[in-house]
Amino acid sequence: MSTAAAGEVRLQGRVGALAIDVAFGLPVGVTALTGPSGSGKSTLLRAMAGLERLDGAVRLAGEVWQDEAHFLPPHRRPVGYVFQHAALLPHLSVRRNLDYGRRRAGMEAHELDHVVALLALEPLLQRATSRLSGGERQRVAIARALLTRPHLLLLDEPLSGLDVEAKAELLPQLRGLFSQLAIPVVYVSHDREEVGRLTDTTLVLEAGRLASAASPAALAAELAGRSRAEIEALALAAIHAGLSTARRPSG
Amino acid sequence: MFEVVRLTLTLAAVTTVLLLLVATPLAWWLARSPSWWKEVVAAVTSLPLVLPPTVLGFYLLVALGPDSPLMAPLHVFGVRTLAFTFTGLVIGSIFYSMPFAVQPLRTAFEAVGREPMEAAATLRASPLDAFFTVAVPLARRGFLSAAVLVFAHTIGEFGVVLMIGGGVPGRTEVVSIRIYQLVEALQYGQAHALAAGLAAFAFISLLVLFLIDRRFSRLGA
Repeated sequence: MSTAAAGEVRLQGRVGALAIDVAFGLPVGVTALTGPSGSGKSTLLRAMAGLERLDGAVRLAGEVWQDEAHFLPPHRRPVGYVFQHAALLPHLSVRRNLDYGRRRAGMEAHELDHVVALLALEPLLQRATSRLSGGERQRVAIARALLTRPHLLLLDEPLSGLDVEAKAELLPQLRGLFSQLAIPVVYVSHDREEVGRLTDTTLVLEAGRLASAASPAALAAELAGRSRAEIEALALAAIHAGLSTARRPSG
Repeated sequence: MFEVVRLTLTLAAVTTVLLLLVATPLAWWLARSPSWWKEVVAAVTSLPLVLPPTVLGFYLLVALGPDSPLMAPLHVFGVRTLAFTFTGLVIGSIFYSMPFAVQPLRTAFEAVGREPMEAAATLRASPLDAFFTVAVPLARRGFLSAAVLVFAHTIGEFGVVLMIGGGVPGRTEVVSIRIYQLVEALQYGQAHALAAGLAAFAFISLLVLFLIDRRFSRLGA
């Protein structure tokens, strides 16, 4: 493998009319989770955080977050979660929003300064959350998530509520930020172009199942150094997977 | 006269504190539980809104009387009955004012929504921690409404306190009962003083409630 999987996710279950059944590894770096609306992207992300209960297993960095016998509640999972509309706590200032998770995760105050600098939040710290623009809210939400010392960062369509300019400003910032993180990041978006600018590891979800799990570049890296027999076996498996995907009515 | 006012205010204060302690977890459960039968519980707690106070007072009198099975465990402590006692009055007031605490709290908790609680959970707050640091501050208008309404409503009650308290001077005789007795005795002057005082008090409590509420909504809370 080119990238060591830091974690693995295997989840099944029904949520409303949707049947989810997925299994994938979580390498360090950004994995995009994309697919049409209603395909279960957000549900899957919520399940990884423990906000939604599905069967299966989630393991990360040698820790079991859930399996047949265990289920860690969300507050016991070292996860950073960025909600679609930021979900800042409306009764707290920006600074107290950042401190809320930082204190509970046992991070030092000086680590706040680092993250604040990274996301250029210094001028916003004393502000009420109601007086932030959409882009500012998301930056605060991302900083807040990072300040919980996460082993896994989950982002649920963080740019979907923003206008074009705010998106264009925040996207390169995110890319720079992610490149500095040494943890797996799962980034949910229905926008393939947005995803393409962040990572080349993409999982496509269709009606609760994974349609494809790797880009050509990732595949090439995967094949380097393998024997001919191995490559042939992988190719056969890929063709088989591709055929079964093509046969399914696409969403 | 002073004794009656003091007793009334004590009853209202004790009822408000105890009822908020009882109603908060109940309202939280009503706001968050997905089960349908919670509405059965909601309907029961709202009954005092529509029942004649004499009906509620009558059943409370029976329940707190010496022959009630509910009282049996207290017999060993030498307590035979809670009817016609201040404690009985507090218990009666708690039931009678229950909807005035549960309704505003339930509405306020429902308005908090799931998202802030989920955000708190992903920020490592346990459910109890998140309840006190997120749900309670976000529902503060509901707490204020509940406290003011319960306090004012307890001061204004008559039927229940008469049934269960009996209007024993110095022990269970509150302002509303004293007014009734003064009128019975044709002492209109004193009745006037107390009645006007109650009316002014009720008006001021509601005005304070509305003003604070207005201030909160301006602050975007």
